Amino acid sequence: MKSYVVPAAILLAAAMPALFAQAPALNGEPYIHDPSTIAFSDGKYFTFGTGGGGLISEDGWTWHGGAQRPGGGVAPDVIKIEDRYYMAYAKGGGGMSGGHASNVYVMWTKSLDPNSPDFKFNDETVVASSDGVEDADAIDPAFLLDPTTGRLWLSYGTYFGYIRIVELDPKTGKRVAGNQAVNVAIDMEATALLVRDGWYYLLGTHGTCCDGANSTYNIRVGRSKNVLGPYVDHMGVPLLKGGGKLVVAASGRFVGAGHFGILGLGDGVERFSCHYEADLDRSGRSVLDIRPLLWKDGWPVGGDNFWGGTFEIESERSGFALELAVDFTRMAGRGGGFGGFGGRGGRGPGPTPGAAPAPPPAPPAVQAVPSQRLYDVLQNWPAGNIELRIGDYMMRPHQKWSITPVLNAGGYPGSPYFKIQIADTDRTLAAAEGNEIVTLPNYTGAPEQLWRIDQLTDGAYRIMPKAVPNSTEPVALIAVGASTPTLARFDPKSEKGRWTFRKP
Amino acid sequence: MKRALVLLVVTATWAAGDCLAQPSVAGAAPRTLAPYFKPATPVPKAPDADGFVQRWLLLEPINKPNRTNTVFTDTYVKNALNNEYFPNQFTIIPHDGDKVRAGEQELMWHALDSTGFNIKLFRFAYGLNKTTYGVIFWAVTVVNSPREIQNARMAVGVNGASMWWLNGKEAVDLFTDRRMKMDDCVSKRLTLNKGRNVIRGAVINGPGLSDFCLRFIDEQGEPIKDITISLDGAGR
Repeated sequence: MKSYVVPAAILLAAAMPALFAQAPALNGEPYIHDPSTIAFSDGKYFTFGTGGGGLISEDGWTWHGGAQRPGGGVAPDVIKIEDRYYMAYAKGGGGMSGGHASNVYVMWTKSLDPNSPDFKFNDETVVASSDGVEDADAIDPAFLLDPTTGRLWLSYGTYFGYIRIVELDPKTGKRVAGNQAVNVAIDMEATALLVRDGWYYLLGTHGTCCDGANSTYNIRVGRSKNVLGPYVDHMGVPLLKGGGKLVVAASGRFVGAGHFGILGLGDGVERFSCHYEADLDRSGRSVLDIRPLLWKDGWPVGGDNFWGGTFEIESERSGFALELAVDFTRMAGRGGGFGGFGGRGGRGPGPTPGAAPAPPPAPPAVQAVPSQRLYDVLQNWPAGNIELRIGDYMMRPHQKWSITPVLNAGGYPGSPYFKIQIADTDRTLAAAEGNEIVTLPNYTGAPEQLWRIDQLTDGAYRIMPKAVPNSTEPVALIAVGASTPTLARFDPKSEKGRWTFRKP
Repeated sequence: MKRALVLLVVTATWAAGDCLAQPSVAGAAPRTLAPYFKPATPVPKAPDADGFVQRWLLLEPINKPNRTNTVFTDTYVKNALNNEYFPNQFTIIPHDGDKVRAGEQELMWHALDSTGFNIKLFRFAYGLNKTTYGVIFWAVTVVNSPREIQNARMAVGVNGASMWWLNGKEAVDLFTDRRMKMDDCVSKRLTLNKGRNVIRGAVINGPGLSDFCLRFIDEQGEPIKDITISLDGAGR
């Protein structure tokens, strides 16, 4: 990775795709520390950070300041239950100013949008405390509404002692009367809780924060069959003894990943938010990011945002590749049938009795067969629109796709839209009327030529057009037949809408 | 490897000047269409449990010698299968036993029910002592739908290459030399009319087995099974 000492605003302008080998951490001004779980309110995405403010985004890709939260303090979290958004945050503690005496507060509002008449926080109440002496630090709260029981849990804590879980009343956000805090981990902070396939997952941050490019923050996880533990990692090490399987650490130009928050986008698409203590392409400032969440062998894995390149687009249904429906052009290559296995099986008369055996003929020189090039076949392709199909991948020009992020055309949580073109040409994949697809000879930037690419939890990708002419139905690229692509509703349980990008 | 072996055998056969029917070996049992086909009956037939259409009028193979299947590009197959080999090729609803003349060949239509989900064209030709390799097969059937079905799709698999039409309109193309798999190539969304729908298909193959399977699927990809196939009274 090269280093570019360029102002962030310039980096995020037109030159961004060429400069960033990895996806940048969101667009706009995504500057935040200790971000809450991202919530959706009034048609916009919101996250809140330490200090009272937060970020707002119309599309999940471009973020600006403007979110508001009363109370100040640190490290809030937010959850929507029925028509209320509950907000938790802490004052005091964290070792700041040398103390660990702290309170976690919860309050609620019916809107997170400061421009909404429903934006009004109510019923602030203390739900957890630390006295500054005990082995606990009541900051960094995180909600979990258990989908299996309907019970509301709150985890909190830092390195100063234990991570603890308490139970709240989901109808009021107040602490359940008589509830006792349970210790579930040590050596963590900025925790989060998840439920999946009968397991409870406790995620939290290890390492050090608040040291810019030298912060070692990294997100780790343990799991349990019970929300109150015991949580252990993949090696069986209890989180109460310092265990934790790595989920995401520093990479590329991002240092100090922390404050995990789940962001479910439906249809099996899961993302997570986090902050980086330092984005080296943005003056080392702390920024928000949204990344794919993958699952492997029952454990969450932090994925990387897709950022394009040149690929085979392989159907998970058939293993075939998306290609232009053009005549297959044969290329040079031996193709010698049985003779191709070595040519030693001739039916000659054999050696003369008594004569010395003839030396074997010299094998033919081995030569490289040149790959088929675009200009070997381009003249055979129609000049206008060309339809598509899915066929055996043969490394041919009509099967190689260049995928490029398109800036200033909107986006979706964590990513801008992409254009998908036959490599080294302007021929562009587009959604067509009637929920079909076609390639156009030239890219114009029309919304049906822009594509949303979401990595699914198993690592495959879903590919959706930004728009389909004369339709508002959300559709994805689907292998309706083993060899036939179309656009149709995505079914997360089916392989038909799953695609893999492979190096061509 | 398997296809390459077939190619060598065929090449040897052509080299001997015999690219027509393979004669029965003296003393061997006479060839029949059993167990792959049974004569179609006048009783309307439902598709099988997976929705595959098993009742077809099949024309004895038209000679179209090809020593290899590598020629089956989009352009070649379109030209070969849009060529008219016999009168009213794209409109005829034949009856069992009808005969047509294709060049020097006099060919008969056979109304048959396949005993499997797929229509084994090689076994059809072989059982009738007709040319099996380097041929074009024509197939016609009539599907009756109890209702108009919008956003249906015709789903075809073929060994060889082929083109298919629904009610006179091109619906599905399967180019290049393909192995048969169900739901390989699928039409764009189309409408099955309430009542009668005519399906017409042409399969081209060089050396190797030939067969096809066809069914209709709905918007969810599920087979459409509440249809019947009657051949318009063309059965025996």
